[in-house]
Amino acid sequence: MGDQRLNELVEQLRGGRIDRRTFLARAVAAGVSAGAIGAALTRGQLASAQDSTPSPTAGTLIGNPAIQHSTDTSKGTIKLYSSWPMIAASEQIGGDSREAVALALEDFGNAAGGFALVYEALDDAVPSTGSWDPGKESENANLVINDADAMVYIATYNSGAAQVSIPILNAANPPMAMISPANTYPGLTKSTEATEQGEPDIYYPSGVRNYMRVCPTDDVQGAAAANWAFNTLGAKSAYVLHDNQLYGRGVAQSFRDAFAAMGGEVMGFEGYDVNAPDYQALMTSIADTGAEVLYLGAIVNLNAGKVLADMRSVMPPDQVTFIGVDGLFNQAFIDAAGDAAEGAYVTFSGLPPAELQGPGDLWYNKMVERLGREPDAYAAYAYEAAVVAIQAIDQVGNKDRAAIREAMINTDGFVGLLGTWGFDENGDRSSATIGLNIVRDGAFTFEEEIVPAS
Amino acid sequence: MEFNGTLFVQYLIIGIATGALIALIALGYTLVYGIIELINFAHGEVMMMGAFFSISLIALSGVSADSAGAAIIGMLLLTLVLAMAFSALLNFAIDRIAYKPLRNAPRLAPLIAAIGMSFILQNIGIYWQGSNPVRPPSIIPLEYRSYNILNEWFALDTTIRFRLLDLFVLVTTIPLLIGLTWFVYRTRIGTAMRATAQDREAAALMGIDVNRTIGTAFLLGGGLAGAAGLIALYYNDNGWYRMGFRYGLFAFTAAVLGGIGNLTGAVVGSLCIGLIWSMSDGFMKQYVSGWGAQWTPSVIFGVLVLVMVFRPSGLLGEQTVDKV
Repeated sequence: MGDQRLNELVEQLRGGRIDRRTFLARAVAAGVSAGAIGAALTRGQLASAQDSTPSPTAGTLIGNPAIQHSTDTSKGTIKLYSSWPMIAASEQIGGDSREAVALALEDFGNAAGGFALVYEALDDAVPSTGSWDPGKESENANLVINDADAMVYIATYNSGAAQVSIPILNAANPPMAMISPANTYPGLTKSTEATEQGEPDIYYPSGVRNYMRVCPTDDVQGAAAANWAFNTLGAKSAYVLHDNQLYGRGVAQSFRDAFAAMGGEVMGFEGYDVNAPDYQALMTSIADTGAEVLYLGAIVNLNAGKVLADMRSVMPPDQVTFIGVDGLFNQAFIDAAGDAAEGAYVTFSGLPPAELQGPGDLWYNKMVERLGREPDAYAAYAYEAAVVAIQAIDQVGNKDRAAIREAMINTDGFVGLLGTWGFDENGDRSSATIGLNIVRDGAFTFEEEIVPAS
Repeated sequence: MEFNGTLFVQYLIIGIATGALIALIALGYTLVYGIIELINFAHGEVMMMGAFFSISLIALSGVSADSAGAAIIGMLLLTLVLAMAFSALLNFAIDRIAYKPLRNAPRLAPLIAAIGMSFILQNIGIYWQGSNPVRPPSIIPLEYRSYNILNEWFALDTTIRFRLLDLFVLVTTIPLLIGLTWFVYRTRIGTAMRATAQDREAAALMGIDVNRTIGTAFLLGGGLAGAAGLIALYYNDNGWYRMGFRYGLFAFTAAVLGGIGNLTGAVVGSLCIGLIWSMSDGFMKQYVSGWGAQWTPSVIFGVLVLVMVFRPSGLLGEQTVDKV
């Protein structure tokens, strides 16, 4: 059934009755497998198509088109492991990322470099807390380095968990590649004002870098928000609040520094008590400074909704703009703040999946089909991370952890879901896209793409 | 920096309203401690359950901000009474289930039981209203949520906010405090409570039913916590399974600060904590560079430590005759 529909679509495309984008969308909607679409594209049936996007080597448009893909599996089996929380509150976030990795493998025919690819998703959360656990993460990392078939560790979701597993993989002989779809803490790869003494070198005992990540880091997010607040919004003064945690404080610092560097006045930089039942006195004192922007570096479950609600009781939206970080990019934040959330801005390291263009749009449709709903925003990065690993295996064509690690770190010209990128010398993504969202009618609405000041 | 009188008054108002709310909870700690020398760590959770009960009750009643004024006020009063009854019975039941069997056990045993009850109630709270903060049904019309009495009723041209909500806290809290004092000092069972507090065995010998007296203390403390739950719910426009823990910690500290077991002390301690809190969150940073809200818990507990060092029985702890 799918094949027949595909042939019809190919005819329509050839005849110029539909464009390439429509073709992809309809093929996906008709339930045609990604592999079949890719085959249709690569068999040269689209010679007359007007579009000149580089043809991928497999059923995907993502990745470095120059790398030759092989679906031969004669050399044996390579295992890819992932590790992030997949229970309790993380069931959906972690589950979507797992599906994204599985989709990447399917798009490449579950094979690379002459090996059959097998994927196993590990969970680093424990039921008693519902969140990641250092003991469990360490167990996962040790399991992976001791599996001779394991070549790449796609992990973790939480930066704290990465602090546990990077050194374990790094101390293996040879150091094994670890690629994260979601760690945003800068100190894992570089030293900034917000990082701790000795970072990042403490994570790499062997002196070799084995870790990379495909998502933008927190410092980029803070700097992009500062650029937008100062130059687009035109705010000249800001007050910066944070929750005293590694993440919240780090992003808040990068906002403060970037805002001050552009000439903006920072009226205050302060941590709030996350256990306090209300913040009226604090907000009264902030309102008194006359700041035009309140920047909040925090996560939802540290009382951030209450902070916003109390802020709005003394600072109306037409006088003070609220900008929050991606730890607040969650419906629970809006629900907790209620009416006060209207008009609040929240940045996110990436774009909402539905806003993705080109190859991202194709991926989005496949994921919606697979899950029956919108994928979580980090699933896009999980997919990219898996493709980086698959293409490295294609390039190396051997069970060689060191060579695969080298190939991954040297990734460049990667056509991703969010534009083309490569890794810089630290293993960080070279180009970062930050999305700015605004709360309208009780839900996040994508507003625009923002970037740090150059 | 120059002294800003307007802001100072504002912080006073916030501190007193917050302190009054804490006092309702602190009294529950102190009442129970006065009689059986047990820190009821589940007390904050009883307050949270009172708040959750109010959410469910109001949602069920169908009264909303669009209803007639009389219906809204009537519903709030009814909820207040029922939430107090609910929390009172809950607190009573906790005593019967968890503490009474341990009445003659070493003191650590009921303390651990109290911590266990606190966890159990938190988990029931998660099951009931979820693990994220929830907002109460909007029963207070929008224009009254930030209604400033000083501007509207007294036509004062000032930026000082004394909201209807602040008044709501005070007009609910003060009669409850007066009522409790009357109960403890003017009724028969109140006299029995004071007698039991002074010497349990002697009171029993005089024919006082000690278990009934203890039960009354739990009922009274629970009732006040239920009232605090409803008030906190609308004062903060926010309810959460952890709200009991957060308020409970401050209330417990207030009770110790004022002299645990002493009713007046609990109120004085609560007002102190409310004021220290608002001054530290807002006022101090004008004068001390680098000051911020992150220091507030340190200041509150720092003051507690100082008081404990110089007056180990708390600010008003010496009036042992009043101990209940």
